[in-house]
Amino acid sequence: MSDLNFIERLERITVVCGHYGSGKTNFSLNLAMDMAKKNSSKNITLVDLDIVNPYFRSSDYRELLENSGIHVIAPKYAGTNLDTPALSAEIDSVFCNDDTNVIFDVGGDDAGAFALGRYSDKIKQEKYSFIYLVNRYRNLTSTPEASVEILGEIMCACGLMPSYIVNNSHLQWETTPETITDALSYGEKIADIVNVPLLCTTAPDFLKNREKLADLGLYYVKSIVRPPFYS
Amino acid sequence: MEEKFLMKGNEALAEAAIQAGCRHFFGYPITPQTELAAYMAKKMPKVGGTYLQAESELAAANMVLGAAGAGVRAMTSSSSPGISLKSEAISYMAGSDIPALIVNVQRGGPGLGGIQPSQSDYWQATRATGHGDFQILVFAPASVQEMVDLVGLAFDKGDEYRMPAMILADGMLGQMMEPVKFPEKSEQHLPDKPWACCGHQNKRKHNVLNSLFLSPSELENLIIERYKRYDIIKEKEQRWDEYMLDDSDIVLVAYGASARVSHTAVDMAREQGIKAGLLRPITLWPYPNKAFEKLKDTAKAFISVEMSMGQMVDDVRLAVECRKPVYFTGRTGGKIPNPNEVLKKITEVEGTL
Repeated sequence: MSDLNFIERLERITVVCGHYGSGKTNFSLNLAMDMAKKNSSKNITLVDLDIVNPYFRSSDYRELLENSGIHVIAPKYAGTNLDTPALSAEIDSVFCNDDTNVIFDVGGDDAGAFALGRYSDKIKQEKYSFIYLVNRYRNLTSTPEASVEILGEIMCACGLMPSYIVNNSHLQWETTPETITDALSYGEKIADIVNVPLLCTTAPDFLKNREKLADLGLYYVKSIVRPPFYS
Repeated sequence: MEEKFLMKGNEALAEAAIQAGCRHFFGYPITPQTELAAYMAKKMPKVGGTYLQAESELAAANMVLGAAGAGVRAMTSSSSPGISLKSEAISYMAGSDIPALIVNVQRGGPGLGGIQPSQSDYWQATRATGHGDFQILVFAPASVQEMVDLVGLAFDKGDEYRMPAMILADGMLGQMMEPVKFPEKSEQHLPDKPWACCGHQNKRKHNVLNSLFLSPSELENLIIERYKRYDIIKEKEQRWDEYMLDDSDIVLVAYGASARVSHTAVDMAREQGIKAGLLRPITLWPYPNKAFEKLKDTAKAFISVEMSMGQMVDDVRLAVECRKPVYFTGRTGGKIPNPNEVLKKITEVEGTL
């Protein structure tokens, strides 16, 4: 079973940052849909803040999200050939609308976090949860130290302090129970260095019910963000 | 790096080039290949290499010409419109017999086109990457792992035949992530380049690399000699991959991201009892004509699947030599055909058999 209790620890505003390719968008999509499932009385808004990379963004999954009752705010021309690094004015509305929980899916690295910095003053006016998502199997963040270095760059770019680490270590469909267990200490070490709690550790949902992972309280996530090669 | 890591295609191309001994990268940013240049910018200084963002694509490609002419492993990368700008220097490199690596992470064209994936530079890569009588080696990876594997090969073959080599990828391959493993590092012996302009130290006659020949007969002879080399390459360097071809009636022919889609479509067709298979060219020049030798007799029809209006389909027709019907299906402008669309074409062709 997926352990979803961690969701209750999140403030109204959740910010998801990380190295590019660490899985922020896939995590944000899963989180938004699980939040919607867990608490159907609360509105959920997902803000696609990725204006760095025009591929594999949360706004590509707008239909899926809207079918789950999630409101999506995306760069105005996202996914078109007019794609420009312009933020939607609608983003400001989430700061004056307490009725909705908000997830910011931020672009990768410091380059992506600069866009978040634009909103840091407003975010700081209330409590927020800043998640730093890590994946030990990304080659440039394969050590805790390398990962923390990138967090430093992100903090400088956005001006916000991290609240939690999420260990999202995986190797896509090649992920085995050992892939997960081998990376547990990696997540703990980063949380230790940064001195913030580890919010949760994820695993792909095809590993559900594997004995080796049974007592770890993992957050099982669906693989939503992937290339369109499959039927 | 014996362990597996998740990498983006663009990053994998960059890391593979560094591991293949490339220490000179000259580029100019363009979506969707920018991560390649960004990775080089981060990594090259750490391995004693040079990353240089030039003032334009033209400058970058001519810097590659100069560096490669001095005998080092040099490369540049871009996406479709940028390759057009680089094509002049590529022609000069071919005309001066200078090996170098050019990466094209294709996006929609013509003109500025779009920023989503495409395969509409097939003709440019295999027919005319610049003016004049010449060819370049063209490799077409279909996975992030294969991007790693082909970069080293492209450098090696370029050096062996003294000619530019291209990795022809697309935006989807460049942007998507897959688990990859790098080959164990072995002692690298880059080939001697006695022709390189790297200083004669008063110990030998000076070398000249040039593509200007004012005597027509001298130029003609040189080109004829070069084409003899191309014949050897066509004989020795054809590469392709086969999937379910042994008993197939309908042969899909696809490279790169289209091959990934076609692979799924073959599985779907097989589930319906249609004997479909996939022939995946890995070298686009030389085109793997040998792969068709048996198939053009045993198969009943061919379908070229591309992210273009149909370019490689010409080479499929040439390889099949009119023995069997050749069809085309695909999307263009930044769209990727989905497996169902390809399956629909397979069942349509099946109906004509």
